[in-house]
Amino acid sequence: MNLDLNRTLDSLGTIVLGKERQLKLALACLLARGHLLIEDVPGVGKTTLALALSKVLGLSFQRVQFTSDLLPADILGVSVFERDAASGNSHFRFHPGPIFSQVVLADEVNRASPKTQSALLEAMEERQVSVEGATRPLPDPFFVLATQNPADQIGVFPLPESQMDRFLMRISMGFPPRAAERALLLEQDRRTLLAELQPTLTPSQLREAQSLVGKVVTTPALVDYLLALIEATRRHAGLKQGLSPRAGLALRRAAQAWALLEGRSGVIPEDVQAVFAAVAQHRLIAAERERAAPTAEAILEAVAIP
Amino acid sequence: MSGAPKTTVTSYLHVATLLRLLVVLVLVLAPHMTRLPTWEAAAVLAVIGWRAWAARRHFTMPSKWIRGALALAAFAAVYVSYGRINGQHAGVALLVVMAALKLTEMDQRRDVMVMMFLMYFVCSTHFLFSQELWTLVYLLLSTVAVTTMLIESNHAGEPLPLKVTAKRGGALVLQALPLMLLMFVLFPRIPGPLWGLPSDAGAARSGLSDRMAPGDIAALILSDELAFRVDFDGEALPQNQLYWRGPVFWDFDGREWSEGGPVYTAPYPVMLQGAAIGYEITLEPNRTTWLFALDTIDQSQLPPDSLVTVDGRLLASKPVRERIAYRAVSHPRYLAVAELPDQHRRMATRLPRARNPRAVALAQQWRTEGRDDAAMIAATLQMFREQQFFYTLNPPILGGGDPVDEFLFSTKRGFCEHYASAFTTLMRAGGIPARVVTGYQGGARNAIGDYYTVRQSDAHAWSEVWLAGRGWVRIDPTAAVAPNRVEQNLASALGAEESLPFALRRSGSRLFTQLEARWDWVNAQWNRWVLAYGPDLQREFLSRFGLEGWRDLMLAMIVALSLATGVFGLIALRRARPKRIEDEALRLWRQAMHRLARDGLIQRPHEGPQHFVARVIEQRPELSAELQALLASYLATRYAGHAEAQSGLAQQVRAFKPRRIKA
Repeated sequence: MNLDLNRTLDSLGTIVLGKERQLKLALACLLARGHLLIEDVPGVGKTTLALALSKVLGLSFQRVQFTSDLLPADILGVSVFERDAASGNSHFRFHPGPIFSQVVLADEVNRASPKTQSALLEAMEERQVSVEGATRPLPDPFFVLATQNPADQIGVFPLPESQMDRFLMRISMGFPPRAAERALLLEQDRRTLLAELQPTLTPSQLREAQSLVGKVVTTPALVDYLLALIEATRRHAGLKQGLSPRAGLALRRAAQAWALLEGRSGVIPEDVQAVFAAVAQHRLIAAERERAAPTAEAILEAVAIP
Repeated sequence: MSGAPKTTVTSYLHVATLLRLLVVLVLVLAPHMTRLPTWEAAAVLAVIGWRAWAARRHFTMPSKWIRGALALAAFAAVYVSYGRINGQHAGVALLVVMAALKLTEMDQRRDVMVMMFLMYFVCSTHFLFSQELWTLVYLLLSTVAVTTMLIESNHAGEPLPLKVTAKRGGALVLQALPLMLLMFVLFPRIPGPLWGLPSDAGAARSGLSDRMAPGDIAALILSDELAFRVDFDGEALPQNQLYWRGPVFWDFDGREWSEGGPVYTAPYPVMLQGAAIGYEITLEPNRTTWLFALDTIDQSQLPPDSLVTVDGRLLASKPVRERIAYRAVSHPRYLAVAELPDQHRRMATRLPRARNPRAVALAQQWRTEGRDDAAMIAATLQMFREQQFFYTLNPPILGGGDPVDEFLFSTKRGFCEHYASAFTTLMRAGGIPARVVTGYQGGARNAIGDYYTVRQSDAHAWSEVWLAGRGWVRIDPTAAVAPNRVEQNLASALGAEESLPFALRRSGSRLFTQLEARWDWVNAQWNRWVLAYGPDLQREFLSRFGLEGWRDLMLAMIVALSLATGVFGLIALRRARPKRIEDEALRLWRQAMHRLARDGLIQRPHEGPQHFVARVIEQRPELSAELQALLASYLATRYAGHAEAQSGLAQQVRAFKPRRIKA
């Protein structure tokens, strides 16, 4: 099992160069059944990452480009009145939207109106959509990657702070290291390589891996560390409010997924530290509007491991 | 910049903190207010009030020129009021006004701290004026308040709730109490009043005077002030024998008695008879050399630094400026064994020429009728008793040149000094040596502490006559006209139509009397154990512990202080020491990692074990295998829930003996 996951990471690494950590976080997020928010400028490989992930895991993929005139129905799907050529009867038929695929890339999610954003976020949370009275479940491995461009300030609807914690993790890609960028420029186009990429996991294997996440042991000693971190965010003078209990559960789950990727049967403090910034940073709200919230790294450094 | 109301005076001082500070300042200054000149009390209160208003409205403070001018003006005003700027009163006045002016200068954190220490200092200056028990209680409370402000002003940002700071301030002062007691006991005492600066020490106090004119004692007894407390060794004498002897008057100018008399010659030899009465007197400062004692004092058991004059007065060698306690032994019965020297007889029979002629004539008439000394006395007392003489607090004013005549033959209303004066005049006119004695008569018994309090209202005047073979005999003419005065007290001796001033009414409710007795007892204990703890008592007390002299004292104080700091330090260390690690796996892990610490490889608090091991291996590759195994066992035990791995971990830890790198 473990071997497969490592192979998955390896083959992802051939597509997205020099971003092992982000790839691993993305995979951990997926394993933990969470959703991922990538915040970065365009052109650093967000879409490539999403495509590679779906390809390597053998999952169906849809991409939605969010714009200000995007409507909820454009994502969820719509019922259309049509005539059946064979029987001659007419009836409404539901045309599922792009959300009905296993990996959804919601590109530039902060460009859409809050209404559309809400529709997406609700589907992410419920893992089902209700359209015209009928509740339709979403496919089982269901993974939303949303991207957000922090540089754009005009014509965007930033996700409200309260909705940020619908995403298990928030990461940013960053520019590739020099060696990786060199390879990128020297070798052939990544998109063609992507097409040749073979799945390393079947959907059922993925589901099994997801169910293994919850079985990674978290001992009382580790829970004490989680609590120490959470309490530190609540006590911190620079923070308006600390991590919620839901955030604590998310942190544990993400650490479990990370430990699984590391091939461990129990979570160790380093696993928590590895995912802490990705899980916690976007949930921390600075106490003062003008000042930035303290970094998750600073909090990690201030909290002793019990 | 913004329209939001400012809440701080400076970045160091919150408005709310400043307002509280002002309240505490008023609390600290309050007892001084009555002692200051009116202009200063008003000015200080005005400055404090203005500062509060200014803080709310965010006024800018006056420039340093104005502040300097104000300070100079305050200086000048104090100088004009007192004629000096140092000394007890002027110094305190200057301190108070400067403390108030400091309020206009609170620009920096340093200024706030200076204010705090000024307040502490002002607290201590109250002891210059009062060392009563309530002063101590008040000042302890003030100290708690100032400490509370000190804590609050050291806190940045929003002021802490008063409950939190006051609790901590109280705790700090409580913690300081043992130290205070220690210093009180051990700090070397300086003989003489520590506070009373000599220049100001002569302030007027009510009490007996060295002269006596009609109306003097009647005025004195309106004071409820304590004169002294008496603690008898055994049974006290009956009330009518408690004559506390004070100034004795020989000279009479027809109206006023003054001391005169034979100066400091040895007392007449007397034969003391009867049982001795021993007692201890705690005398309130009266700024004279008079000590009070019962007749007749045993000269072999005089208090230290005192002497007995020829007329039986007990004198201290220097004025009593602070409360003192002394022991004396008296014999109520005695016999003269010598004749009155001629010179003394002349002094004791001298009368001013052509004054009070009717009294002189009456006495001479009695003499010519053939009365002897005893009959003369009896006749006089009989006259007081049988004619219409009244004992009153408000006698008519004797305005003429012959007050004794006026009293004896027309007004016939008088207080003890009238009777004593008239009686002595009659005796002298009849050729019997006589003199006036003043002092206190009686005293109120405090049932709580079984001692007597004698107040200014117990002031009294009586006479003494020389009778051959018996010596000086006390005759109290007041007893003839108002026996109750001597048998009981003043209130019972006055007529029904005449009442005592409110402060002197001791026959109030039972509860009040009880409370008063209790409070007086508390004060007596306070005087006895705390205020009386001067150099003598300190020497006596500490010598019981083998501490003699200054060097021992200093040594004891240093040792005690070091011990105290040592104990507190140990407690603090104990508290700071990390708790014993409960988790066995963690304890083993720390134990092993501790062995790397010698080489500077220390696991940081936030550093995970895996990261630490990786860091160590980077520097000590030779330990790689051992450390990896150890780490695996540790992680398995502590983070994977494999409790059975613990024994392996224990073994590995025992075996883990990294070789030390030579520096």
